Amino acid sequence: MNLGGLNDLYRQLIIDHAQHPHHHGALPAASQTITLNNPTCGDVIKLAVTFADDRIEQIAFSGEGCSISQASASMMTDLVQGQTLTQAKKEIQVFLEMLMENPAATQDDPDELLGDAAVLAAVIKFPARIKCATLAWKALEQAISEEEAHE
Amino acid sequence: MVNDIAIARNDFPILKEVINGQPLAYLDNAATTQKPQAVIDALVHYYQHDNANIHRGVYTLAERATEQYEAVRQQVATFINAASGAEIVFTRGTTTSLNWVAQTYAPTILQAGDEIVISIMEHHSNLVPWQQVSQRTGAKLRYVELTASGELDLAQYGDLLNARTKIVSLTHVSNVLGTINPIKKMTAMAHTVGATVVIDGAQATGHFPVDVQELDCDFYAFSGHKMYGPTGIGVLYGREALLAAMPPAEFGGEMINLVTRQKTDFKPAPAKFEAGTMPIAQVIGLGAAISYLQHLGWPAIIAQEQQLTAQAYQELTAITGVTIYGPTEPTRRSSVLSFNLQGLHPHDLATVLDLQGVAIRAGHHCAQPLMTDLGVSATARASFAFYNNQADLQQLVTAVQAAKEFFKL
Repeated sequence: MNLGGLNDLYRQLIIDHAQHPHHHGALPAASQTITLNNPTCGDVIKLAVTFADDRIEQIAFSGEGCSISQASASMMTDLVQGQTLTQAKKEIQVFLEMLMENPAATQDDPDELLGDAAVLAAVIKFPARIKCATLAWKALEQAISEEEAHE
Repeated sequence: MVNDIAIARNDFPILKEVINGQPLAYLDNAATTQKPQAVIDALVHYYQHDNANIHRGVYTLAERATEQYEAVRQQVATFINAASGAEIVFTRGTTTSLNWVAQTYAPTILQAGDEIVISIMEHHSNLVPWQQVSQRTGAKLRYVELTASGELDLAQYGDLLNARTKIVSLTHVSNVLGTINPIKKMTAMAHTVGATVVIDGAQATGHFPVDVQELDCDFYAFSGHKMYGPTGIGVLYGREALLAAMPPAEFGGEMINLVTRQKTDFKPAPAKFEAGTMPIAQVIGLGAAISYLQHLGWPAIIAQEQQLTAQAYQELTAITGVTIYGPTEPTRRSSVLSFNLQGLHPHDLATVLDLQGVAIRAGHHCAQPLMTDLGVSATARASFAFYNNQADLQQLVTAVQAAKEFFKL
């Protein structure tokens, strides 16, 4: 049985986050709520964010999705809660570049910047699953840009 | 016959592929089927020996291409027992066939307040076009619902039908549940209120014989690539009188009789629907696929697919945590099995299976309203063709068990 490749993708850290996601739920007083879906598979993420003083004060997510999308959302919310918008935007960019076919010659080290989420670099070997990993990050990108447009 | 079927697998060169170090177990036949060498050869032969544009040239080569193209129209008519080749329109696929009926024929008979009936198990291609027509014409879109066993509720369907029902459009076989719908009976019911009946046959035509005169439906749509033929070619069957009344969806070369500065006279059907250069090679490939199926014979195809489906149903159900959707009775379903493994998203399951060489589909299968109805966001789906064998089935079952162990479910 060829389960070696499986261990590459489903590290224990990813399974832990997927089975016990952090920041899972709703934020009744959210400044921005973004619902994004992955039209190829029907997965949905609802991301709620409260902004204060150019920072992400509170963040939570809900919705339906696979282990990769749930773990990614859990890791991302861990990472960005309390951060400045500038910092969060930088991390979104590094995360998305990490999973691009031809990553731009960036000086940034995902391992240093992204915390647990850096393990999701393994998803690049599973092209059909990249959209699962990026869904939450794209929702946050949209939440921030709508918040900034709002100001 | 069983021996013939076992040998037939060798006609499909792609089935010898090795995927992630494992033999390929191709179980996504409801999405598209693989192609036998006979179909591949027909495409190559056409381009090497017969390629020319049809209906235009006066030279020998063009005549040869035209003859082959039109011979397939006749072959398709015989294949689904249409009254004549004039009732066979070549299209890009089932989606185009259904869209043309919805966008050009339906508006000629629909008024605000009329009703269109479809079912909750429709693929988006037999759902979204009707939503669009409904929005454009003010006709109301109504749904046939499911029974607990995943079949269409005929009593509720009977209640839906009334004098305002102008169109009934149903799938012959569900691409998610595998349910084979009683189309002959449902068509007769629709005809008692004078409705036009459109059937989506995408999941039917490669799996059992279809007789449009026996079904008595008014339109029937299907695709070549789901019945061992090439992509890019499909069929719209329509009764002669209906095709005569149906306006063309596209205009251009070859569909005209006479063009003057301000107006154009169209050719009669089916030519008026086939504007521009058609996918000639694909039509010829479709002809080769039909010949191939006829050579194998339906009894052997049906027996093999039913045996695999019944056994897979049994072996998957035996795994604790597996839920299979749709009818339990093997003779009431086609070779499509949608299922979920409790605690694991179907996407994760499909990735695990892929690493074992097993190709299945995971997702909403272009049937989101049905997913909502079933109370799931997605399912895994294994779908069999006659060329699948015991080894494919065991590879599937073993891989599902391995997924369960890996995720400690």
